[in-house]
Amino acid sequence: MNHWPFILAAYGVVAAAMALLIGASWRAMRRAERAVEDLRR
Amino acid sequence: MPALHALANPTRFLSIARPLTPVLLWAGLLLLAVGAWAGLTLTPPDYLQGESVRILYVHVPSAWLGMGGWTGIALASFSLLVWRHPLAAIAARAVALPGAVFAALCLITGSIWGRPTWGTWWEWDGRLTSMLLLFFLYLAWIGLARADAERGGDGRIPAIFGLAGTALLPVIRYSVVWWRTLHQGPSITVSGSSIDGSILWPLWLTLTGFSLVFGAIVLMRMRAMLAQQRLEARMRRMAA
Repeated sequence: MNHWPFILAAYGVVAAAMALLIGASWRAMRRAERAVEDLRR
Repeated sequence: MPALHALANPTRFLSIARPLTPVLLWAGLLLLAVGAWAGLTLTPPDYLQGESVRILYVHVPSAWLGMGGWTGIALASFSLLVWRHPLAAIAARAVALPGAVFAALCLITGSIWGRPTWGTWWEWDGRLTSMLLLFFLYLAWIGLARADAERGGDGRIPAIFGLAGTALLPVIRYSVVWWRTLHQGPSITVSGSSIDGSILWPLWLTLTGFSLVFGAIVLMRMRAMLAQQRLEARMRRMAA
């Protein structure tokens, strides 16, 4: 059995989940901090 | 402990978290890239498992952070219940989602690894089942914390649940000793590792890299929650 499709699937799932988690956290943080800055002005 | 109390002031916490977030994120991503590249190209295949052993470099850090995330919830819960630390509830909520994601990634990558190694995607083995229970605990905790926050609770009920859930962590840790079925026994312990050094070394890079990125995600989520709290407080003052 060729193991590489399994290896690439495992790395792909982790990379996609990390990208989503980082992207969503970054966007939520920037949006909330910008809203506080806007309100201060 | 004085350091923990020093961070009780959200303004002081933010003055540390703001510069620390990009440092943790970029250092973590760099270590992850190097570790994954080394794990995929530089290390030899295992004599028994063949090439599939390379899944180790993403599976073990996922398991480590799935369990580490719950330890974070437990520590935050303890400081909420004992010291009423003002950032404890936010810290626990910030850790829960990434912890749940890593517990899920541990299950998914383990399942993908299991197919070529064991010939099956899933087995009701002690380690797999206890890890699945941890994932369900995360989901239950997230639901409970959300309901508590919506009802204006003080966070004590999720904190008690967070502390009680730690009982599962030693079960996961020793499941491979107590119930020997498909999952291999402990290969990395405090006394050393049964994995050959030629295969093991990139694991330290990915383990550190994932941990730093996890820290950055938690800080980003805490900053978002603190900003949201400030926003709501200001809106309330303006409305009054």
